[in-house]
Amino acid sequence: MTARRVRNAAFWSACSLAFLCVAAPTLSMLISVFHQAVPALGWSLLFKRTNSIGIQNAILGTLLLLLGVLILAGGVGVAAGVYLAEFATGRHERFLRFFSEILAGMPSIVIGYIGYITLVVQFHWGFSLAAAVISLSILVLPYVVKTTEVALRQVPTFLREASAGLGLSSTTTVWRILLPPALPGIVSGLIVALAISTGELAPLLFTAGFSDQNPSLALVHHQLPYLTNVIFTDLSLPGARARATSAAAGAVTLVLLIILIAVGRLVSRGARRATARMTI
Amino acid sequence: MSITTEARPEPSAPPRPARRRLPGIGADRSVRSVLLVAAIIPTAALAFLIYQMVKTAWPAVIFNGVGFFTTKTFTIGNLYATGTEVHHGYTAAKGASYGILPLVFGTVVSSFIAVILAVPVSVGGAILLAERIPVRLQGVLGTFLELLAGIPSVVFGLWGIYTFGPLLSRTLYKWIAALHIPWFTGPTGAGEGMLTASLVLAVMIVPIIASTTRELVRSVPAISKEGALALGLTSSETVRIVTIPYVRTGVVAASILGLARALGETIAVLIISGNFLNAYPHSIFDPFSTMASTIAAFLDSALTDSTGMAVHSLAEVGLVLLAITLVANLAGRMLSRRFSGAGLPVGRGV
Repeated sequence: MTARRVRNAAFWSACSLAFLCVAAPTLSMLISVFHQAVPALGWSLLFKRTNSIGIQNAILGTLLLLLGVLILAGGVGVAAGVYLAEFATGRHERFLRFFSEILAGMPSIVIGYIGYITLVVQFHWGFSLAAAVISLSILVLPYVVKTTEVALRQVPTFLREASAGLGLSSTTTVWRILLPPALPGIVSGLIVALAISTGELAPLLFTAGFSDQNPSLALVHHQLPYLTNVIFTDLSLPGARARATSAAAGAVTLVLLIILIAVGRLVSRGARRATARMTI
Repeated sequence: MSITTEARPEPSAPPRPARRRLPGIGADRSVRSVLLVAAIIPTAALAFLIYQMVKTAWPAVIFNGVGFFTTKTFTIGNLYATGTEVHHGYTAAKGASYGILPLVFGTVVSSFIAVILAVPVSVGGAILLAERIPVRLQGVLGTFLELLAGIPSVVFGLWGIYTFGPLLSRTLYKWIAALHIPWFTGPTGAGEGMLTASLVLAVMIVPIIASTTRELVRSVPAISKEGALALGLTSSETVRIVTIPYVRTGVVAASILGLARALGETIAVLIISGNFLNAYPHSIFDPFSTMASTIAAFLDSALTDSTGMAVHSLAEVGLVLLAITLVANLAGRMLSRRFSGAGLPVGRGV
């Protein structure tokens, strides 16, 4: 009996140790990045550009990228998710969903490389906002599709039946009946897509370029500064100043991510409440 | 469930007077086709990426032949030399040689080490989180997983090169190296190298495996667990006899997805690996390179090759990487079809 109790205790201590191995690096990473960023922190970070001592242009560039991804990947992804959840049937539904999930496993550097070969070189767009947004959108599209589909599937079937019984067209049913309760789930999926976009570098390295100027709204032929590039480039530059700037850009990226995760949590809590309200 | 199917008369039904169409039904078809186009885009994008990769890589596939997989020197050649290298009708710079054996080795070995380290940690942590932690705390502690899944790979690199790597090379690596086990001994350097990269990769894929395991553990029927406890099993025996068999397939599938992610990881490895080309690492502490990090590291210089063969060869590296990760992804998804319940996360396990 005692041997079993000892084994039991040993098992759960091993599990606790395992959990510690997850939590410790996370904490260490946050502390390390913010600690290294301390020398560069200050308002100048937000109001000066990368040619002096700030990262204003990179922050604006990243926000611009997020807006682009929200429009492109959001629009296409939500539409695709609605189709898969509500209209597609049988084999071609499985086919489309399967390949969308396979796309999610595509290495991001491959997407960046093709983005470079195709958009930057063949289309003569140069390093540009359009090339960057399209590459990033392809990367995050499967997430948006998946979360939209899952959110719609959680809406109970009787709503669809009632709507059909009242003679509403399927478009109206989706738009007026199914989307409102699914909205929190869809939004939290979009937030995940934005979080991934904030932190990606590999697809942008060869599509966005970099510039010390603030980003312009021009779609092509204008290079775009963004945060992860500052982290990466300044990391390998000599001097304490560059290293601090790199860490500061990392800290700003993490703050953006934490905000996104927090908003996502609030929204998904709303999603759970909405689902609870629908089930009678 | 749509009206259009209802409006179609049954063959046996008596002919009905033409029915006035409800407003909105006409628009249905066009909306549906717009949505269908959107739904095809991910699949089309996948097909386009593969097609474009094959097309770009094709000259290199012909030029390099089998040597691509059997030689270990990856160099774009002497761009200032007179004359060029011609194989099978394709031209490259003088002395160019494209062999990716060390890159394949680095990619596969570092990813496997990462998965081997990540699986027990994720499964243990997830079981603890789902079974033992009070529900009130689960949300807070689960935030660690969410945060970890969201942290950018370049930040992993920043942490690995300045904090994690130096710390380990001063302590743990010194102790391991002092044991003089072959392959686990030798100079430990400043912490750039294969073991640090594998450890960082392991931390990166923990969220994928852990979040899947957590969902699966939660979906184990309470009846089975209660039955096991009622028979007098301890909680750890219940986990071993009831929970683990229930979640096993799902965990394996998630681990394969994690492997695919580790294989394709670029930036973190680029920063931490130490970029060691054209030879194999002598020990687990030595610098190395992976396929993905080489693509990122080499493209700038590849563009200076006027024959274009360097760009084609990098595309061939990408093609091999693509093939390996797609196979891993397919395997994971096929396997996951065998179990129902929580679906596999897409990509990063967020």
